[in-house]
Amino acid sequence: MCCSLEESLNDDVVQTPTDSCAAPYTQWRKRGLLLFLFISSLFRFMTEAVTSLFFFSVEPKLISLLLSPCLHPCPVTVTMSFVVDSVIMFTSQVFFFGFGWLFFMRQLFKDYEVRQYVVQVVFSVTFAFSCTMFELIIFEILGALSSSSRYFHWKLNLYVILLVLIFVVPFYIGYFVVSNIRLLQRQKLLFACVVWFTFMYFFWKLGDPFPILSPKHGILSIEQLISRVGVIGVTLMALLSGFGAVNCPYTYMSYFLRNVTDSDILALERRLLQTMDMIVSKKKRIAMTRRQMYQRGEDQSKQTGFWGMIKSVTSSPPGSENLSLIQQEVDALEELSRQLFLETVDLQATKERIEYSKTFQGKYFNFLGYFFSIYCVWKIFMATINIVFDRVGKTDPVTRGIEITVNYLGIQFDVKFWSQHISFILVGIIIVTSIRGLLITLTKFFYAISSSKSSNVIVLVLAQIMGMYFVSSVLLMRMSMPLEYRTIVTQVLGELQFNFYHRWFDVIFLVSALSSILFLYLAHKQAPEKHMTM
Amino acid sequence: MASLDRVKVLVLGDSGVGKSSLVHLLCQNQVLGNPSWTVGCSVDVRVHDYKEGTPEEKTYYIELWDVGGSVGSASSVKSTRAVFYHSVNGIILVHDLTNKKSSQNLYRWTLEALNKDSSPTGVIVTNGDYDREQFAENPVPLLMIGTKFDQIPENKRNEVLTRTAFLSEDFNAEEINLDCTNPRYLAAGSSNAVKLSRFFDKVKWYHFPVNIITGFTDRKRFNFKSLHYD
Repeated sequence: MCCSLEESLNDDVVQTPTDSCAAPYTQWRKRGLLLFLFISSLFRFMTEAVTSLFFFSVEPKLISLLLSPCLHPCPVTVTMSFVVDSVIMFTSQVFFFGFGWLFFMRQLFKDYEVRQYVVQVVFSVTFAFSCTMFELIIFEILGALSSSSRYFHWKLNLYVILLVLIFVVPFYIGYFVVSNIRLLQRQKLLFACVVWFTFMYFFWKLGDPFPILSPKHGILSIEQLISRVGVIGVTLMALLSGFGAVNCPYTYMSYFLRNVTDSDILALERRLLQTMDMIVSKKKRIAMTRRQMYQRGEDQSKQTGFWGMIKSVTSSPPGSENLSLIQQEVDALEELSRQLFLETVDLQATKERIEYSKTFQGKYFNFLGYFFSIYCVWKIFMATINIVFDRVGKTDPVTRGIEITVNYLGIQFDVKFWSQHISFILVGIIIVTSIRGLLITLTKFFYAISSSKSSNVIVLVLAQIMGMYFVSSVLLMRMSMPLEYRTIVTQVLGELQFNFYHRWFDVIFLVSALSSILFLYLAHKQAPEKHMTM
Repeated sequence: MASLDRVKVLVLGDSGVGKSSLVHLLCQNQVLGNPSWTVGCSVDVRVHDYKEGTPEEKTYYIELWDVGGSVGSASSVKSTRAVFYHSVNGIILVHDLTNKKSSQNLYRWTLEALNKDSSPTGVIVTNGDYDREQFAENPVPLLMIGTKFDQIPENKRNEVLTRTAFLSEDFNAEEINLDCTNPRYLAAGSSNAVKLSRFFDKVKWYHFPVNIITGFTDRKRFNFKSLHYD
């Protein structure tokens, strides 16, 4: 998550030279963002590294004794504060909705025309309610708003999000998929319902192989739905996280950059143009032969009737045989030209990255790459340890960090005050980086695979993924918060087996990271061999 | 010079507007059955009768280079695409009539192609700026084709057609609106076919004065006006 944020900044920065001259404002914004990134990445790394290094340390009971429950502001009257809180929540939701709307218009759909406003509304609503969940966590830590209204809004938000993720979005996905298929135009609604029912069936079946529920839950309880959404979301998070953790150092470190010279690129371009010229000359021959055949009246399509068919089987005129031979050669050459084009693009991209790595920002990212490769190796190691030793973390990084500083380093400070603020900052950073990282990954994905026909469907699928991702990050974030803040999440989300989710995350993370390493290794090995054959 | 024998026309436009279907229709006189994404560049050849119907009729090959991709591609893709923009005789700009953004992106496409053009007429276009006067003096012949004509609903047709008429005036180009899955739009004798053959004649004529002074360029423009059968 953190990595894709830097990657995105990398892309932003690399593309600046080709844009029209950027206003000074954008330059300062980029510099500020860089600074923020550096500090936040350092902070994140330090907290995780320090706490994990001491995992054989003492029991945390000492700390829970020291920490007393945080003070909440006393409400004047219950209803009055409830109204005020609801107004605050509603305004923030409207704000998030507007942000989602703008993001959709400016970033995702900047090359397309929005014809179905439903899609935009659904996307913005999903985004707004997901962000509100994160906002409620922040309020929980800060102690803003009264606890009863917080609880109410949690429940409300959760129900709405589940409604949207399980009923609204899949139905619209089915509807738009069906409207793309020409055969089923007439009974759109019916087929959309059919698709939705199939989705619900598979969604329900998803819960069977996992030990996520205790038997005391009924069929229609909220826990059934949340648990399944959580499983899908956690799998997605772990996959993205694993791939990102490996890809991040690979793209940043210039150690992996192959050496590309200008003459390599020129030679490849020359080959490409030669191939295109050969294709052109062959096509000219085909066109001329076809024209001559047409003028001589030897048109193959004119052979009708029984005898015509027999004749065309036994004796085809020599022109057409020649034609099919040349056509085959043309097809092969076209395939070659496509490959050469892709290779040239690859080489150009590598050359640009080499040039970028010589600049100051490039050097900074290179340094960050070494940093992240150590972090990545550490995370893989910890995931393995967690799985092998079946370790379940009991405390969060903040409490651990405080306990370490208090016990080992002997620094005395107001634990209560600092734990609240540090966990607020930490959780805030995690939230912001994961939101931004996800939005950027979604945008890249969207640009890569969408076309004018399928853009609606793809945006809705992305909205679904985004919703599930955010719900499960709330689930997993429980581990990063001190005990007294966890209770609200446990209360609202019900009696889920939280430990299962963490274990599942570790497993999928490990699988994803290892397979990305294998994949990148193979891709890296294959590339220089391609150039050797030139 | 070898380039005297070759007539190269670029077909530019956003991803998914129907360039490959259009090129297939123009060259093979058939509808493309299974359009798929163009990777890199695909070339096809059209046999064109220059000055058809007159005693000076000659048959030429016109190469249609269909360059794939979008305007917002990565700079590595753009620099690789620039390889195809050398010594171009004409440009066909394709946009989707149902998608306004594809028409707006045509400005950027033209700038991209003309920036990389190594032709000695040396049109220096500033990066990111669009200036109408430069297009007025630009000698490269342009043709605008709007696709998916059949997919516009009846009530929006006038609005769309006025918009595209303004656009083609900006480019100082002729305009054709058609549906790539229906060959009757380019049937022989229709006004679209006449415009098309006029464009190809222009393109053929353009490539001769390659290394000349501005005086001759003006005369060439005067000759263009005489070709208009209004």
